[in-house]
Amino acid sequence: MSDLALGFRQVRWTNRAFWRNPASAFFTFAFPLMFLVIFTAIFGGTTNTAFGEISTSDYYIPAIGTFSIITATYTNLAISITFLRDAGILKRIRGTPLPAWAYMFGRIVHAILVSLLLVAIVIVFGVVFYGVRVPTDRLLPFIVTIIVGAACFSALGLAVTSIVPNADAAPAVVNATILPLLFLSGVFIPLQPGNPWYVLLAKFFPVYHFAHAMLAAYFGAQIREAAWQWRDLLVIAIWGLFGALVAVRRFRWEASR
Amino acid sequence: MAAAITVRDLHKSYGELEAVRGISFEIEQGEVFALLGPNGAGKTTTVEILEGFRDRTSGEIDVLGHDPRTRDRDLRARIGVVLQSTGIDPYLTVAESIEMYRGYYPNPRPVDEVIEVVGLEQKRDTRVLKLSGGQQRRLDVAMALAGDPELLFLDEPTTGFDPGARRNAWTMIRNLQTLGKTILLTTHYMDEAQALAHRVAIIARGEIVAEGAPGTLGGRDVAATVVRFLVPVGAEPPPERLVDGLEVRDGAVTLRTTAPTTALHRLTGWAIDHGVQLDGLSVTRPSLEDVYLELTGASESNDGEDEPVAAGRGRGRRRR
Repeated sequence: MSDLALGFRQVRWTNRAFWRNPASAFFTFAFPLMFLVIFTAIFGGTTNTAFGEISTSDYYIPAIGTFSIITATYTNLAISITFLRDAGILKRIRGTPLPAWAYMFGRIVHAILVSLLLVAIVIVFGVVFYGVRVPTDRLLPFIVTIIVGAACFSALGLAVTSIVPNADAAPAVVNATILPLLFLSGVFIPLQPGNPWYVLLAKFFPVYHFAHAMLAAYFGAQIREAAWQWRDLLVIAIWGLFGALVAVRRFRWEASR
Repeated sequence: MAAAITVRDLHKSYGELEAVRGISFEIEQGEVFALLGPNGAGKTTTVEILEGFRDRTSGEIDVLGHDPRTRDRDLRARIGVVLQSTGIDPYLTVAESIEMYRGYYPNPRPVDEVIEVVGLEQKRDTRVLKLSGGQQRRLDVAMALAGDPELLFLDEPTTGFDPGARRNAWTMIRNLQTLGKTILLTTHYMDEAQALAHRVAIIARGEIVAEGAPGTLGGRDVAATVVRFLVPVGAEPPPERLVDGLEVRDGAVTLRTTAPTTALHRLTGWAIDHGVQLDGLSVTRPSLEDVYLELTGASESNDGEDEPVAAGRGRGRRRR
């Protein structure tokens, strides 16, 4: 079997184990929808954003899409990998001839596929309950943005496990690193016009650029933005490469003692 | 035939702590070799260096013609590893776990054959999280066998088992041996080493203090037989000159002898002549456990200042 086939085979095993834990799978998909409903209910009607007035339910489709992708990649991978590391499952894999990259490939590709499915579910939910439009004419930039973002946050999720001491600490470390950025980047509460200090700060990090690229690809001309946000995608890709580099150099296959 | 494993003067330090202090041994192909020692003796460190999980501080190692330090893929395809503590994805079934691992190897064994070797036929389609501890351990072994390895590492395969489960595991390990596998086993159970291994090395404080077949280890085969009994209250004990090596203390009689037949004849003759019962009469040869406790215990209490007396009898002993 070729190495690439090994990698795709690993995607299938990851997927099988994922769906065997129905509670975990259900909440992975239900959580973002819950947020979509709550935020739309709280802010109602239209919302003032950095791009002007936008229908609230519309705004939260790409915003919650961003959130759900980050949850499915960064959060899920970091927590799941530290659990597998503490349980000795990673070390056991390490003892087989399976190349390390093939295992990671399986995890990352699976996380990207889950991300695509999540965004599709968020959109379908929006169409059915809020009558939002599907950005059919900007589908390519939208999907490319999702994939680039999901890959980046997967790499960062693997990288962050190197500073997580054990599985108990994983949710705390993951939330502490990602929640502030989600708020500062307008994912939960839309950013207002202008550049306050916290937005300038957020611009150093990939969440802001991912959220912005998602909004632009989803709304396009409606918010006077190009569907392809090359600069955002570049920043996301650089962060993704940084994450991959850290993961390659610092990844631990065994629980620390 | 070439040795499956050769270890020469292996050292491993963690900072100040010297976990392994100059170990050497050789394991022939098809041999079952046991590293026996108390917790913290350096067994797992040694085994994990051989498996390629840890780097060594110094020494020469050859595992199936490879240096495990390089983590060569070809080597990993030829060994099976059962770690001391390890996990299996809880949501896959027994058959799926084995199937997944089979895919990692160039020449895997059929799933059902592997399941049969470890005796999990009844649990074939049960999820891992529903297995008992003993069953999970057997699945551990099954997954290590999935790639049809030539060499199998079993790090404390039965620790925590109830006696019945241990017997089953032993049967399973004997089955592996009949498949022609070379097996390196670590254990802190004497009876396990005795029941399974062709050769045993006793390891204490990072050093091998004795090595040999279980029956001759530490000079068991030539060691003195011990005769013990109690003299009933009020009765006269036998005179110490009756047999060489006789010790009487508070009515408890101990005799160490290399000629037990003659000694027993004299003792029982004396007892019958004097109408004395030999209460609790026992005749024992040193068990592997006695040898083990003597070797590991002696090195513990002496703390390295003196040569432990018993250790000198062991073959393959190395000091720094």
